[in-house]
Amino acid sequence: MGLESLTAFFQYGFMRNAFLAVLIITPLFGMLGTMIVHNKMAFFSDALGHSALTGIAIGVVLGVADTNVTMIVFAVAFALLLNYIGSREIASTDTIISVFSSCSVAVGLAILSKGGNFSKYSSLLVGDILSITRKEIEYLLVIFGVAVLFWCFCFNYLHAVSIHRTLAKSRHIPVKLIENLFAVVIALIVTLSIKWVGILIINALLILPAAASRNLSENMREYHFFSVLFSLFSGIMGLFVSYYTNVATGPMIVIIASVLYFSTYAYARLKMS
Amino acid sequence: MKKIIKPCGLHCIKINHLGVRFGEQVILEDVNLHIHCGSLNAIIGKNGAGKSTLIRAILDDIPHEGDIEFKDRENGGIRKLKIGYVPQIVNIEKNMPVSVYDLIASYSYRFPVFFKKKKSIQKEIAEALRVFEVEDLIDRQICKLSGGQLQRVMLAMAIMDEPNLLLLDEPVSGVDQNGMELFYRTMEYLKENFDLAIILISHDLDYVLKYADQVILLDQTIRKSGSAKEVFASQEFKQVFGAEELPGYVSGGKKPKRKAGGVLWD
Repeated sequence: MGLESLTAFFQYGFMRNAFLAVLIITPLFGMLGTMIVHNKMAFFSDALGHSALTGIAIGVVLGVADTNVTMIVFAVAFALLLNYIGSREIASTDTIISVFSSCSVAVGLAILSKGGNFSKYSSLLVGDILSITRKEIEYLLVIFGVAVLFWCFCFNYLHAVSIHRTLAKSRHIPVKLIENLFAVVIALIVTLSIKWVGILIINALLILPAAASRNLSENMREYHFFSVLFSLFSGIMGLFVSYYTNVATGPMIVIIASVLYFSTYAYARLKMS
Repeated sequence: MKKIIKPCGLHCIKINHLGVRFGEQVILEDVNLHIHCGSLNAIIGKNGAGKSTLIRAILDDIPHEGDIEFKDRENGGIRKLKIGYVPQIVNIEKNMPVSVYDLIASYSYRFPVFFKKKKSIQKEIAEALRVFEVEDLIDRQICKLSGGQLQRVMLAMAIMDEPNLLLLDEPVSGVDQNGMELFYRTMEYLKENFDLAIILISHDLDYVLKYADQVILLDQTIRKSGSAKEVFASQEFKQVFGAEELPGYVSGGKKPKRKAGGVLWD
């Protein structure tokens, strides 16, 4: 790729915006992903992504002008509900998540497809990072700041709770509060970025970099470093490659993250034998 | 952690009328316990007797009736009880990117472990690990530790906080005979050199006899408590465990042979 084509790349305002958005979203996803993988919450974050449809549907039914608001409110409520029901230990967590997630997706699809109008919303499934505006990037920056602050103040607690709840409780860690806060943060970040990343692949972006990093890391610092690095690398590479191959950006990012995962997996296996 | 205090024997922990029920089912009922600092208290009982539930209730992890007071006998004042807890099983998976430093620092410090390793924290953790002779494991991944090593790391973490009460939830399972002896000697060392009381769930009556100051026979409530000999010779003990399973010296017969580290009463 010559320097000329690179300047051509940045000549377009939408490409510059997309590049900025990738620089914000991907490190954030790499960071959050570490704990989602650690806590075995992959299914949980997936369900939250899907709940976006329901949130929008509720907005449509209520006639709200900005369906983003209902989407965010619903996702936060949904996350807290899943946490609450999960803690009651009625059935295993994955069953509960699956029941509620399928139910909410079905309701969302039913409402949005009424009158054959679903094509209006199908862009949500794949997402389009090239459509992001300056204003929206500013929103992303704010949530980025909030998430990093949350991470700095609460990560130790989160980690302690994930290793042993009772032990964490015996150390006077507010277990329930921490779990709920984390669920809310995931809900916020997933819903706020879903328009650009897409419902179908948002979970891959959360899980893959952390999973790849796990293949290489021996402690929390390496785990975070590689996860953020892989996520950022896949994001930037995905954007460039999609530009030159004319493929949707989200899927391309995920393909590169997958390649990273399989390479690190092979590397770890080789190292072990 | 820094100062090693001789147990003063002047304060005690009182558990009053503790009860736990799940819906209609009564798990524990009217448990009254008096624990002195500097003593090793072993809880024995069959499976389902409520031993682990008692530990969780003392930790306030489950809703329960009754209360726990921590008294200073010298001036009768009531202080806040600090509990050190060593769980039986910890969620550890293969390839978990968590080092011993990460584990302890997450529970004991606010400085984010993902950011960097802080020298001062590292020093304090190494000091705690040294008590149990595992300071060289500080950078080891916890999924690569043996059962005994992990247990000592967890003990080091529990002691760092200078607890008044140390709770251990069946820590001896999965440790071999040498490890058991080492474990009980560690308990002895702790109660002699730190200002704390120990409550331990135990399956191994031989070690209980050798090391415990007070034995508590639990079966929904406290059936019998006192010295090991008293409890083992009691009618209640025979009712709970059945006479044929008694240790050799009580039943008069030869001690039953068993595998190293085997669990006697399960």
